[in-house]
Amino acid sequence: MKVFPLTNRPLIPSLDTRGIAATPVPPEEGRPQSELLSAALEPERYELNARPAYHFGIPRRDFFKVLGGGIAVFCFLDRSLAGQEAGRGGQSAGTTLPQDISAWLHVNENGEVTVFTGKVEVGQNIRTSLAQAVAEELRVSPGSIQLVMGDTDRVPFDMGTFGSRTTPTMSPQLRRAATAAREVLIGLAAEAWKVDPAKLTAADGAVTDSESRRTASYAELAKGRELAKAIPAEDPLTPAAQWKVMGKPLGKVTGREIVTGRHRYPSDIKLPEMLYGKVLRPPAFGATLSSLDSSQAQQMQSVTVVHDGNFVGVTAPDPRRAQEALTALSAEWKSTPAQTSSDDLFEYLKNHAQPGDEHNGHAAGSVEKGLSDAHLHLKQTYTVAYIAHAPLEPRAAVAEWKDGKLTVWTGTQRPFGVRGELVEAFRLPEDHVRVIMPDMGSGYGGKHSGEAAVEAARLAQAAHRPVKLVWTREEEFTWAYFRPAGVIVVSAGLSRDGVITAWEFHNYNSGAAAIGTLYNIPNQRIQFHSVDSPLRQGSYRSLAATANHFARESFMDELAHLAKMDPLEFRLKNLTDERFRAALKAAAEKFGWGQTKPQPGRGTAKDRTLRGFGIAGGFDKGGYVATCAEVAVDQATRQVHVVRIVVAFDCGAVVNPDGLRNQIEGANNMGLGGALFEAIQFANGRILNPHFAQYRVPRFSDAPAIEVVLIDRKDVPSSGAGETPIVGIAPAVGNAIFAATGKRLRALPMAPKGV
Amino acid sequence: MSRVTELLINGVKHSIDVDAGVSLLSVLRDDLDLTGSKYGCGEGQCGACTILLAGAPRRSCITPVGDAARKPITTIEGLEKDGQLHPVQQAFLDENVMQCGYCTSGMIMTTVGLLTVRPEPTDEEIAHYLEGHICRCGTYPRIIAAVRRAAKSMREVRS
Repeated sequence: MKVFPLTNRPLIPSLDTRGIAATPVPPEEGRPQSELLSAALEPERYELNARPAYHFGIPRRDFFKVLGGGIAVFCFLDRSLAGQEAGRGGQSAGTTLPQDISAWLHVNENGEVTVFTGKVEVGQNIRTSLAQAVAEELRVSPGSIQLVMGDTDRVPFDMGTFGSRTTPTMSPQLRRAATAAREVLIGLAAEAWKVDPAKLTAADGAVTDSESRRTASYAELAKGRELAKAIPAEDPLTPAAQWKVMGKPLGKVTGREIVTGRHRYPSDIKLPEMLYGKVLRPPAFGATLSSLDSSQAQQMQSVTVVHDGNFVGVTAPDPRRAQEALTALSAEWKSTPAQTSSDDLFEYLKNHAQPGDEHNGHAAGSVEKGLSDAHLHLKQTYTVAYIAHAPLEPRAAVAEWKDGKLTVWTGTQRPFGVRGELVEAFRLPEDHVRVIMPDMGSGYGGKHSGEAAVEAARLAQAAHRPVKLVWTREEEFTWAYFRPAGVIVVSAGLSRDGVITAWEFHNYNSGAAAIGTLYNIPNQRIQFHSVDSPLRQGSYRSLAATANHFARESFMDELAHLAKMDPLEFRLKNLTDERFRAALKAAAEKFGWGQTKPQPGRGTAKDRTLRGFGIAGGFDKGGYVATCAEVAVDQATRQVHVVRIVVAFDCGAVVNPDGLRNQIEGANNMGLGGALFEAIQFANGRILNPHFAQYRVPRFSDAPAIEVVLIDRKDVPSSGAGETPIVGIAPAVGNAIFAATGKRLRALPMAPKGV
Repeated sequence: MSRVTELLINGVKHSIDVDAGVSLLSVLRDDLDLTGSKYGCGEGQCGACTILLAGAPRRSCITPVGDAARKPITTIEGLEKDGQLHPVQQAFLDENVMQCGYCTSGMIMTTVGLLTVRPEPTDEEIAHYLEGHICRCGTYPRIIAAVRRAAKSMREVRS
């Protein structure tokens, strides 16, 4: 397996050299995590036998024929930046342009700028911050830039939008393209005016010669041109200290479309003659169809029943009749024998672990020696339940077959991955399948797969009409995939003065993201153990970094108490990483850590509220986070309320401060659910709580007051920020609950029914 | 079951022909292509489908269309007037609330309903009134700020 290193990624060096990706590729469906760990950045799974993409190999004149004239700049894959996640490696299609294009940008003859990228907008507001990036370098307003995203016929190949990769990889490429386009425009003006290009400046969509006071708009300069350019690597980007558009708050570029209801999410797409589909679900995971009586449904007017192996579905002119037809089906299923349930999950995970190999682990020094040198010892076990992403827009797809070509509108973080699934499912050539991804109702790592797309396409194929399929909430809760459950066992030794001498950390099933520790520990053994998961599992915001931080930072708190030290002081004593230290100190300062004491109750006899403070922090995907939390525990009801939190975050140079704050606030509100009450209950292949009435997610009353401290490191390249801010909340809240009640909670969720 | 043949939505009469028991949300979205109201759960648990029925917020997913006949229905598409956003819409923009935005139309509709009956709500009242809405992106504090801002701007318009 060829592994492409990501050189600009700050890794924990000891892990990097062992081949563990700090940011493993989020799991694809049905794929055990261990494979992914070893694969690091594996090329997209359907790519290897796929035909070269036609659209990006088209000769220059064809390109302009499609888009009109103007100036086009192509970003060639920068392997040092992008690994293999965007652009297509390998042979060229034998046309004039190579296949390694990762994005491109077009300034048309009206001066309008269009950017084409395979990244997608899922609520992380990357459409906005990429527009800022292009605007910065092209010297136009962000609102004047159109981004074509995630349409497989119009944009270059991209592995998917995950792992907080868009800002560190796609953004610099688009900035280079914008810089190159600007240089071309300046060059055109210089040529026309016969002056030195160095004397010209670009601003507000025009090139100006300040000496002769001449100005030409981009439209005038691009008129009648057909200029294609590949980006030169040497073009310097505008340094963060000089940013005029980046680094400033910018609202969602599609905000007006959203607040007016005009934006069409994938589930809002409607085509002429479109039918509505429904799929018959088995009663349990792994059940197979033994018989089907569809006679009643088939007699219903305008209903088509599709039966193909284990797949059974119906189409009808409206969704109500489709539902009636589905109900009219009579099926018998053969279920698999007893399956693991949520009650015996953690025992199962511990007992069914694959033997850990060196590839999934890391060792330094001698843990045995470190433990024998230690004055104090501690060993604890933490568990993490399966949780659901529950994006508010469930999976949805509209599929249309036309002249043997399949087009599917669907919500996914991996449009090209879904195209691959369709290619495989229908045995089509790649250029016969187009996937279009309208900005969707979020994913959080939960929409990497294309189930609804494949199902809608199968129904449309049978019905000979376009078909829309929108999963019900129950289907989304049941047939999507989950954040992996896990068991984590940690042990450590401490010297007399509170120095960690040994550290052993075993993660069963939940994953290896951020499994390494930034604390200075000479003797450590860290191991991920994969397990054949009872439930279908996959990526989730921050992957296993949440579980690993929960265990690590809860355990650090336990060690601090063992050492009779303040939890912040204990962390700083064992930490030299400057950025992590800075984040911890920034959060603590804003929070008033050590300055104020939790106020138990409000001084009245009736208010018997216990209050406590907690702190936690960590590092993942290039970002450093520290979270302080204040909780209140009602002594009568034992309910936990998170009163306020402070989150300090450093992700390098900040691109959109307000967008970043929004992500940090949102990640922490979302993270409260997994921390306190979200858990999937299951038994014998059935999900027992597939409704919002049974699966509690954070609501208004759960949201704490949130203060955000942005550590804007203009000297450091920007990292992605949609994920890492979530990792501190669970341990910070757990540590605060301990401070309030003396009760240490080692299972996520910590308090589904109160402490 | 009786049939419903006409709905009054955003001041416009729409001809339909559906069973009175059919979900209003389905009629809005699937029959009339008014897709600003969203499907989130179909069980009245998430609020994404909220519309105003005779001025009061209702979960359209669990409202039989028969209940909505002969009553004025307002959906998110009906708030903007002559290119001018409703103050609540404007406040959601001004507070940069949206991440994915899928819950937004429901939040806005309930807020419009809230500010009608309670023009100056406290933060606690706002949170309580919106408790039935889910924002999975977790933008709750911004939504509360937007409601506060909308209340303020509507108050200024009145005075």
